[in-house]
Amino acid sequence: MGIFKKIFTPLDALKHLGQKPHTIRVPYVKKEPAKRYRGIHVNDWDKCIGCGNCARICTCQAIEMIPIDSIKVEEGKTNLRPQVDYGRCSFCGQCVDVCPTGSLKLSTEYLMTSTNKDDYIFIPPKDRDSGEGTGWESSTETSMLRFDREEMPERNPDERKLDFEPVLLGFSEQQAYLESMRCLGCGLCVDGCPTHMFIPEYIQKIRDAEYNGAVDEFFKNNPLPQICGTVCTHNCEDNCVYSRRGNPIQIRYLKGFAAEKVDNYGDVIKVDPDNKIDKKVAVIGAGPAGLTLAFYLRKYGVQVKIFESTPNAEGMMRYGIPRYRLSEKTLKKETDFILSTGAEIQYSTEIGKDIPLKNLLDEYDAVFIGVGFQQGIPMGVPGEDAIGVLQAADFLRDVAMGKKVEIGNKAIIVGGGDVAMDASRTALRLGAKSVIMYRRRWVDMPAHEEEKLEAKDEGVEIMPQTLPTEIVKDENGKVKSVKYVKTKMVDQGEGKRPKPVPIEDEIYEMECSAVIQAIGQNPDYSLFPDDIKEKLQFDKRGKRIIVDDYGETLIPGLFAGGDCVNNRGDIVGAIADARKAARGAQRGRGRASP
Amino acid sequence: MRYFEYFVGPQHVGVTGNMSYHLWADGDEIKKMITSVGYLHRGFEKLMEYREWVKNVPMVPRICVPEPDVNEVLYAMGVEELSGLVPSERAQYIRVLVLEMARLSAFLFYFAGAAGALGLYTIPQWTIGDRDYILDRFEELTGGRAYHIYTTPGGVRRDLPDGFKSRVQETMNYLKKRLIDYDRLMFENAIIVKRTKGIGIIEKDYAMNMGVTGPNLRASGIKADVRKDDHYLVYDKLDFDVPVVGDGDIFSRIMQRRLEFDESIKIIEQVLEMMPDGGFIEKLPNPIEWKVPAGDVYVKLESSKGEFGYYIVSNGEEKPYRIHVRGPSYTHGIQVAQEKIVGMRIADVAPFLFSLDVCPPDIER
Ligand SMILES: Cc1cc2nc3c(=O)[nH]c(=O)nc-3n(C[C@H](O)[C@H](O)[C@H](O)COP(=O)(O)OP(=O)(O)OC[C@H]3O[C@@H](n4cnc5c(N)ncnc54)[C@H](O)[C@@H]3O)c2cc1C
Ligand code: SF4
Repeated sequence: MGIFKKIFTPLDALKHLGQKPHTIRVPYVKKEPAKRYRGIHVNDWDKCIGCGNCARICTCQAIEMIPIDSIKVEEGKTNLRPQVDYGRCSFCGQCVDVCPTGSLKLSTEYLMTSTNKDDYIFIPPKDRDSGEGTGWESSTETSMLRFDREEMPERNPDERKLDFEPVLLGFSEQQAYLESMRCLGCGLCVDGCPTHMFIPEYIQKIRDAEYNGAVDEFFKNNPLPQICGTVCTHNCEDNCVYSRRGNPIQIRYLKGFAAEKVDNYGDVIKVDPDNKIDKKVAVIGAGPAGLTLAFYLRKYGVQVKIFESTPNAEGMMRYGIPRYRLSEKTLKKETDFILSTGAEIQYSTEIGKDIPLKNLLDEYDAVFIGVGFQQGIPMGVPGEDAIGVLQAADFLRDVAMGKKVEIGNKAIIVGGGDVAMDASRTALRLGAKSVIMYRRRWVDMPAHEEEKLEAKDEGVEIMPQTLPTEIVKDENGKVKSVKYVKTKMVDQGEGKRPKPVPIEDEIYEMECSAVIQAIGQNPDYSLFPDDIKEKLQFDKRGKRIIVDDYGETLIPGLFAGGDCVNNRGDIVGAIADARKAARGAQRGRGRASP
Repeated sequence: MRYFEYFVGPQHVGVTGNMSYHLWADGDEIKKMITSVGYLHRGFEKLMEYREWVKNVPMVPRICVPEPDVNEVLYAMGVEELSGLVPSERAQYIRVLVLEMARLSAFLFYFAGAAGALGLYTIPQWTIGDRDYILDRFEELTGGRAYHIYTTPGGVRRDLPDGFKSRVQETMNYLKKRLIDYDRLMFENAIIVKRTKGIGIIEKDYAMNMGVTGPNLRASGIKADVRKDDHYLVYDKLDFDVPVVGDGDIFSRIMQRRLEFDESIKIIEQVLEMMPDGGFIEKLPNPIEWKVPAGDVYVKLESSKGEFGYYIVSNGEEKPYRIHVRGPSYTHGIQVAQEKIVGMRIADVAPFLFSLDVCPPDIER
């Protein structure tokens, strides 16, 4: 290189003189952070449910959950909110990526200056949010959580609607593993379970394929795990944190999966049938309430005798729920186990008719009423007495008992709950066409969404906003058709359910060979003599018996639970009631009565 | 005989991070040096044993400040190998992009230090300034500038933002233009040439015996590069050379990095073009309670400083049983530096030490 060039090389730098400087004149010019910048936290307190997963994943232990008095604790929510210590936080954003609700994000705000070190520890609110689409945000795609569930395999609708074999095929082991692995263990689901099962604990066991251990957890507060693991109303899943943005963990089916893996519960749950203490309890009704009570009392060694009016146990689980949803095998496995613990049962004995209730009250230390709601409610329209107009409860019971039921080739089912779905799908299986008439909208139907869809898939025709007004008979007094009107929904003001109002001007008619009413059930309290009935306290509508925290009625020693007490009207509600009553009955008479 | 005894460090000594050298000189000649580490020890390897697998993701980058991504990728690769998780091809391309961008920014850091050690401060001003343009891209991609916490077992945490590729290309074009200035400033600079040529020579055989790796090894004349030899990620699909300068002196080591800079740009440009569509992450079955199957694995890759390795042992639990990190700096910054410095002049200590590109945080985990 020429010497001249070398000398002048430094002057090269002059070319930069006129250029825009690379440095930014802070504070006159603000450095704009990148869109995804991980700055300080913002948390939408309304969306946050206080599950604490953010605190759990924090590798720096910078997040602590702090109770906030002004936040109301609700089912599936706590009043805890994350507090961040910026002396520890490393701004990794894993808290955001694990947050199930998406309430937490790191905004692009980064300035934080104070001479007081306490100012660096605070509970992030929403107000420093740099706006949607900025900062490190959560989305179902980028979240660490798998919001999609493992789909439960089912038989194909065209095939399954021809018989009463189970619709569900059950999880494979891999599916059960993956589904149980989704669980974060935060335990908010437990709020939703009436009997407060130890859900995170048993899911952990299922994940590790320790099915005996899982069964042990189940029986702590539910002696019918496989039944519940198949048909429970699964309120727990509504509270699962995943349900905030995706599919909740299928807690119910996981339970069923693990329970099915253990053939003989007796290997895990040890109750000595010969251990009998000097205390006797009579149980009226062998539904889930009665069976549960019997099991827990037997655990304490109490002598239990169940009186059941029909020739079989299980109550509505057998006579209401059809076999394609809950198999004979499952029913038998769980009842047999409970009876094997030393509980006696006397079938075909109706209390109040065959044996007076008073006798039991005299003979036993305590008596438990678990008689359920057995009578269907009539619609109250003209022509209801026609031949072929049935009550869903009776219809399902007769089918379950194997009786021959004539419904012809087209059944109209009235109602929108789970019972209506069961009746319509059972009618399909008897070879009839099924049409459901419901007075409100599809979204208002109280039946579970999955039941509605299953019915629809099988070919049940669902007519929402339809109100039957008359049942037309033929010359032999047999049902011929149903007259009906359409309804319109009238707004009832804020917070109230819109009301269906009939549009009277046009009346339609549909031919059919049977009408099945599924608009609800009532209790049959003929077992109570008048003097006892007088002493008992009922709810406003006179349907449900009022009990205390130990399931005891106002009559010392008389306990009650199940459908005749709670307004959930499901199996797990009956189990929860019976667990309470087991504690009460075991303590003795009149603990909490006035 | 009494030697002049002095210390270099621990605040700064032409090494990025706190570390101290204790030297004895006879006149201007170094007679002995021992390294004194411990200023930075944070016990990462131990801390990792107390954290669930994903919780170590924000921890590992701290093992190397100038080039943290190497740790993230290695940790993810190791965990993936143990668990059978396969990241998507797109995720693998993105990882290469991240690694090479990190390499470039580490080289820019290196040029700054190498020149700074000689008292030349224009170069650091320029290269550190230009490194910031790469950090801008990192900020866009990962939300963080220095620590990216972006690569995670299963893939990467976010997909490329809109228009990212073209902005990376712009940055590459800019850097390519700047390289002309750098070359003039560094390699046509008499001070640099005179003070680095023939000084601090690490001979080929010595380098081999001591376990020197990476650019330092190639500067000594051995063509070895984990990216070529081991085929991790998608490097075998990419076309790039492994330059070998070969003299083993300080100048070679600087030049080695300068040549590799071009190759990294080449790789990045190919990645931008070849990156397929697809998912960016294979989600773990559970973020916190996931158990990695029992087993052990050694994974390694080519960092800007040399071969980086992770030895990971799982005994099937939610947390690792043991993780051992093998960074290149231990060999370079302790064994080689201690031996090779003997006989050198005091003024050459800083340029020599820096030329080895030692990263104290990776010595002390
Ligand atoms: C069609 C249908 C589908 C349903 N599906 C579901 C579902 O999917 N999931 C769910 O959780 N719940 C479901 N339920 C509700 C659930 O079955 C009930 O809530 C539950 O069975 C109530 O339990 P229980 O013990 O209170 O009463 P029951 O199950 O009704 O049992 C009462 C028992 O007492 C007997 N009994 C009555 N009177 C006397 C007397 N005087 N003397 C002796 N014995 C007597 C009866 O014969 C019966 O066996 C369904 C109900 C119906 C009708
Ligand atoms: S993870 Fe999200 S929802 Fe749960 S406590 Fe933290 S911020 Fe709230």
